[in-house]
Amino acid sequence: MSHTFDEISQQLRRRHRKSARLKWISMGSLGLAGLFLILFFADMLSKGLPAFQQAYIQTEISYTEEAQNDGRQAFDQELLPLISRTVVRVIPMELRNNPEMIGTSEAQWVLANSEVDQYLKGHRHRLSEEEQAALDERVEAGQVDLRFNSTFFGSGDSKIAESAGILSAVVGTVMTMIVTLLISFPIGVMTAVYLEEFAPDNRFTQAIEININNLAAIPSILFGLLGLAIFINFFGVPRSSPLAGGMTLALMTLPVIIISTRTALRSVPDSIRHAAFGVGCSRWQVVRDHVLPLAMPGIMTGSIIGLAQAMGETAPLIIVGMVAFIPDVGASFTNAATVMPAQIFTWSGEPEQAFVEKTAGGILVLLTILISLNAFAVVLRKKFERRW
Amino acid sequence: MNSQAPVMNDQHAPAVGQPYTRNNQACHDLSIRVRDLNLWYGKNQALNNLNIDLFQKNVTALIGPSGCGKSTFLRCLNRMNDLIPSVRTEGLVEMDGRDVNAPKMDEVALRRRVGMVFQKPNPFPKSIYENVAYAPRMHDLVSRKAEQDELVEKALRSAGLWNEVKDKLQEPGTSLSGGQQQRLCIARAIAVQPDVILMDEPTSALDPISTATIEDLMDKLKEEFTIITVTHNMQQAARVADYTAFFHLGEIIEYNDTKVMFSTPAKKKTEDYISGRYG
Repeated sequence: MSHTFDEISQQLRRRHRKSARLKWISMGSLGLAGLFLILFFADMLSKGLPAFQQAYIQTEISYTEEAQNDGRQAFDQELLPLISRTVVRVIPMELRNNPEMIGTSEAQWVLANSEVDQYLKGHRHRLSEEEQAALDERVEAGQVDLRFNSTFFGSGDSKIAESAGILSAVVGTVMTMIVTLLISFPIGVMTAVYLEEFAPDNRFTQAIEININNLAAIPSILFGLLGLAIFINFFGVPRSSPLAGGMTLALMTLPVIIISTRTALRSVPDSIRHAAFGVGCSRWQVVRDHVLPLAMPGIMTGSIIGLAQAMGETAPLIIVGMVAFIPDVGASFTNAATVMPAQIFTWSGEPEQAFVEKTAGGILVLLTILISLNAFAVVLRKKFERRW
Repeated sequence: MNSQAPVMNDQHAPAVGQPYTRNNQACHDLSIRVRDLNLWYGKNQALNNLNIDLFQKNVTALIGPSGCGKSTFLRCLNRMNDLIPSVRTEGLVEMDGRDVNAPKMDEVALRRRVGMVFQKPNPFPKSIYENVAYAPRMHDLVSRKAEQDELVEKALRSAGLWNEVKDKLQEPGTSLSGGQQQRLCIARAIAVQPDVILMDEPTSALDPISTATIEDLMDKLKEEFTIITVTHNMQQAARVADYTAFFHLGEIIEYNDTKVMFSTPAKKKTEDYISGRYG
């Protein structure tokens, strides 16, 4: 017997209500995720953006005879507690290198102490009442100012908060990534090409495939242990070096590159392979001239994402010793170096208030690079994507 | 079977190495000789004891209902079945006195002499020029740029495509219409100067006008090449083919001069099929 529209609508109402409820739940969870993301970014930005500015003080530097041995003699004794120790420290060396400067004096903007910096930014500080009063006076006179923090972007790590910079970590990251890319890209792509285009489909290759997929899910710290045991202890690669770190991260990136390359190769339609075989290409010519060029955008995207993942990795690098105090910008692949996440980790453990904003600032730099890399991958995919 | 029938999987075929004769005159040059060909996909036998002689500079059509093995057989002729791991082949496929399945036979060399055009037009995602020039360059058939230009023009002219594309050779091959793409694929195949061109339902993805163009083209191409085409369309076989082989369930039921086959089929099954009773 058939039903009337009204009867059917009656039944449907409950189903519609149910789907509406599910829709709201899923939208709610999406909103929640978005909210957390916004909170995270807002927190990082509010904490980290001040790190891109730094307090400077205008002062008279008098290059006296005494200053040759004791840099403190060159400064106004009242101002001395407000000036960065790094500025004071270099005075004797500067005079020794340029003896003709002795006897002269010069008004200069110099780096202020991190306490001054924190005071000006309204954060917790340890300045005494008198120091604060003296500082306020100078601020009125326009002799103290917050300026763009070139030290942060232009120098390496330091135990003195105001002269700590991220450059040595950025350079370390770049060198480590170069090693990672040079090792994992060719090996990963060729492995995927072999598995996808040449290997017979048997138990052995299936086992390899399963193991590669599992490799991608292994906790990264285990790769660090592997790197320590094999690269450093067995092969004698220098500890803490971008070479050791890059090789370790290459192990981690390999499965990502292999899997994404295989997916890219599989998305090239067989009709292209048949066409190439049909005109008498050998298997390698088919791959080199036809399949690989078509799969390249997908391979590049996967590799960039794998690299971005490696760039944010800290745990395996702790094991190979890349959490190190590196004041000088790295010069070679075998010298000790540190990377951005490790630098952030180090700063987050510093007790001084000024390092809080350094930590957040470092996170902002890392996030910016990671987001740019991912955006580049998306653009690359959109640009070269091919529909069949 | 008609006494004029030149061929077949029976006593009419001359001994191996002997020419086909009609009134004691050699009348056909053999292109490919197939003897006792069997093929399995895993455990399923797809081709069953095929015997057939294919002739030079003729169009031979392979017809039959879906799944009868005609495309599989076609792919045996340039060993494209090698690409399918589960396929096992037994029997003789002889070309130019050589067994193409012999271990010593290089499949790349074979495919250079036996070109192929596929069901769906599949130009390389490169320029029209590059589509044609790629294979000759790969096989070292051309050394200078001028030679290459000449060869591309010749191949495109033979495929009847030159006038349509001569002003846009650098545009992608995939920008052409379906029928033009298929002719580009034909140009690509003939650019390496093969002896045989295999066509696997070359017009099934095309509209009637493009189909007619390709059929005319096949008629011209047979002056230079041996053409073996698979078709679902019996009218097409009747129009273009000099010889027709009727496949059914992995066997060749009948192979004969097309006119004879379509007017007086020897077997009941053939008659039923070409009169549209099944298939």
